[in-house]
Amino acid sequence: MNVDWPWPWLGRNLDKIAEATGEHLFLALLPVLVGLVVSLPLGWAASRWPAVRLVLVPLAGVLYTIPSLALITLVPLIMGTKIIDPLNVQVPLAIYTIALLVRSVTDALLAVPGDVLAAANAVGFRPTKRFVAVELPLAIPVIVAGLRVATVSAMSLTSVGALIGIGGLGSLITEGFKRNNAVEMVVAIALILVIALVIDALLLFVGRMITPWTRARQGASK
Amino acid sequence: MIEFQAVTKKYPDGTVAVDSLDLAVEAGQITVFVGPSGCGKTTSLRMINRMIDPTSGTILLDGKDIRESDPPLLRRGIGYVIQHAGLFPHRTVLDNVATVPLLIGKSRREARARATELLELVGLPVEFGKRYPAQLSGGQQQRVGVARALAADPPVLLMDEPFSAVDPIVRDDLQQQLLRLQSELDKTIVFVTHDIDEAIKLGDRVAVFRVGGRLAQFATPSELLAKPADDFVSSFVGRDRGYRALGFLTASGVPIGPLATVRTGTSAGAARAALSGGWAVVVDESNRPLGWVSADQLSSVDTADTLGAGQLVSGGSLYEVDGDSSGTAGSLRNALDSALSSPAGLGIAVDGAGAVAGGVQADAVLAALAEARRSGQVPA
Amino acid sequence: MNSALSWLFDGDHWSGPTGIPARILEHLGYTALTVLIAAVIAVPLGAIIGHTGRGTFLVAGLSNGLRALPELGLLTLLVLLTYVGLLPVVISLVVLALPPILAGTYAGIRNVDPSVVDAARGMGMRESSILTQVELPNALPLILGGLRAATLQVIATATIAAYVSLGGLGRFVIDGNNAGAGSPNGYPQMAAGAIVIAVLALVVEGVLEIVQRVAVSPGLRNVATRKRTARIWRKPTPDLVGKST
Repeated sequence: MNVDWPWPWLGRNLDKIAEATGEHLFLALLPVLVGLVVSLPLGWAASRWPAVRLVLVPLAGVLYTIPSLALITLVPLIMGTKIIDPLNVQVPLAIYTIALLVRSVTDALLAVPGDVLAAANAVGFRPTKRFVAVELPLAIPVIVAGLRVATVSAMSLTSVGALIGIGGLGSLITEGFKRNNAVEMVVAIALILVIALVIDALLLFVGRMITPWTRARQGASK
Repeated sequence: MIEFQAVTKKYPDGTVAVDSLDLAVEAGQITVFVGPSGCGKTTSLRMINRMIDPTSGTILLDGKDIRESDPPLLRRGIGYVIQHAGLFPHRTVLDNVATVPLLIGKSRREARARATELLELVGLPVEFGKRYPAQLSGGQQQRVGVARALAADPPVLLMDEPFSAVDPIVRDDLQQQLLRLQSELDKTIVFVTHDIDEAIKLGDRVAVFRVGGRLAQFATPSELLAKPADDFVSSFVGRDRGYRALGFLTASGVPIGPLATVRTGTSAGAARAALSGGWAVVVDESNRPLGWVSADQLSSVDTADTLGAGQLVSGGSLYEVDGDSSGTAGSLRNALDSALSSPAGLGIAVDGAGAVAGGVQADAVLAALAEARRSGQVPA
Repeated sequence: MNSALSWLFDGDHWSGPTGIPARILEHLGYTALTVLIAAVIAVPLGAIIGHTGRGTFLVAGLSNGLRALPELGLLTLLVLLTYVGLLPVVISLVVLALPPILAGTYAGIRNVDPSVVDAARGMGMRESSILTQVELPNALPLILGGLRAATLQVIATATIAAYVSLGGLGRFVIDGNNAGAGSPNGYPQMAAGAIVIAVLALVVEGVLEIVQRVAVSPGLRNVATRKRTARIWRKPTPDLVGKST
């Protein structure tokens, strides 16, 4: 094919790139945040009541299996939005995040050792305080791991929205493709990649920082 | 049969696992390597089948340097049993046992037939062949592991703490079985354990290793108990050495004296008359001992009443005069224990059928011990 | 909703080379081809890395790195740089399918009980036999898990192939979008296509779940495959690499 490498395009379109990046972050990260907030109580409920778990976990599995293009396309049908509406991307991303994180939160809370919970009760913690002071902190490493996967996936999945006209860096990819502009495409791809990996590293770092006991363990082992 | 010549194993970080080991394992015997953690016993064992290669020194198998053999081929001629059996979870028990015969080229039918023989040999029901390892208990899995190691009839068997992961009752059973197998098969067995009692029980010769990989003593169990080479060995061997050493001395020289017996169903009056020294043994129709009866108990019973279970005092181990080949029955230890544990101060001696043969006194045992020392039977 | 369903159940749309069954077959064809090629590369690679313990950075690095790579970008760029055709599309799909299979195979091999491997070696099996006769059969549950994750991922990503003028179920979404909002072949077609995609994905997942259960040696049936993967990698379940499309 006819490929152009117009490097000057980069210099001339910095604000376009910045705008697309901002849009991309809005499309990708807001749903992840919402998903996280929703997953915590859902995951807690699933960890506490087997009946809830029996329903939520398979449901999460089913939702996670549905390809993103399908969900993105169906949101207007379900919610009545227009085709070019950021919600069409954000809602599926939130659903995927919840589907992923509910499982993480559930597993993490279930993995808290029984003796630790018994000790907390014996010391006199009330259930809410116990959750906040003991269970949640111990669950953090697994939740952060899930969050990292959710965030990185979201950054990459958002670009699929460009197929039906929803912006973000994905629209630079499609535009570059239509105009044979390889530079535009490479810039968009590189930005998605780099930002995703940076956020991933940041989450990893923050996760380690707020759980000093995991660091101590790593330092002591050979 | 297996010779270690100045064998050393040193790791890159400086740890010395085995330090200049010189040892000769004799054919047809069970040689036990025993010692605390980090003494190099397992490393030494694993050097025999080249799972680990020595840093220096030579190991000879039947006079041939094992370094000249291709390791997989060498290993097919050596049985290998490890702590958690390591059975292949994805294959049936039968196919697990058939592994090495298949490896050396036997047909599937021959290999499976041989595997069936071996399952019987180790005391497992033949139907177990169709099961998968996950369906077996730990002890059963360990037996399959032994069967698998014996499948190709190797002259040498290496066993690395094979019975350490099962509970004591199962362990005892497996140990008895090993001794029974060995009496039939006469393999050259090298057995690693951290348990000195297991070593003494199973070994024809025992090698005690100390931390740092040095050999502290290599001797028969009775020598080990009677003459430990240094403080380390004597403390490793543990307490009650003298008493345990009695287990290796036969009690055939200990005289059996008369023992008052009373049949069940006898009247209290007749029983009172039969007492000797205030005690008598109550026996059943086959003359097997059921318990003791004493003058004290009979004093509260009417002369005409028959003896009942309520008057019996149990207690005391039995001293088997014709001990079987596997245990220490028939030993001085057994005789002494029966005398010491009896409520009457007199040990009950029984014959092979379990019938009362007479009584054993503690002094008689100690007299026999003194005689054994005099005649040189006890290592001095 | 009605218009979408009526489009879906319109008899015309079920026949011919642009009909729903044809597109389903195309889609499954891309998927099968991709997973086959990816498996041929990733299973041996993962097995060797798992058995020897060397090159583990490759497994972790690929898993993380490729998840961040937008498949739309990879696909379109490759097509732009080469040509419009099956090859560049399959190459990009294969690249994205490698990580779950690699991770699954690696995890499966690492997860084999070390004493089983020790016993095999001690009995005199050669390293290659140990790998093929002992480690791989025991790693099968996790390898199948990886293949399953890869298949679902490819099914999802293959929807994009339509954007670069190939077939597959994405065709309905792209064509519907191009037809315009008002047209009867506009949104109704998109929605219908989306429904078919979703149903196909769920059906394939269900079938693979059954295949995974059946294909494993009865001796291994009690292994909790996904939970163990999660434990090894300290990643959340449901799948090994995470959502990509």
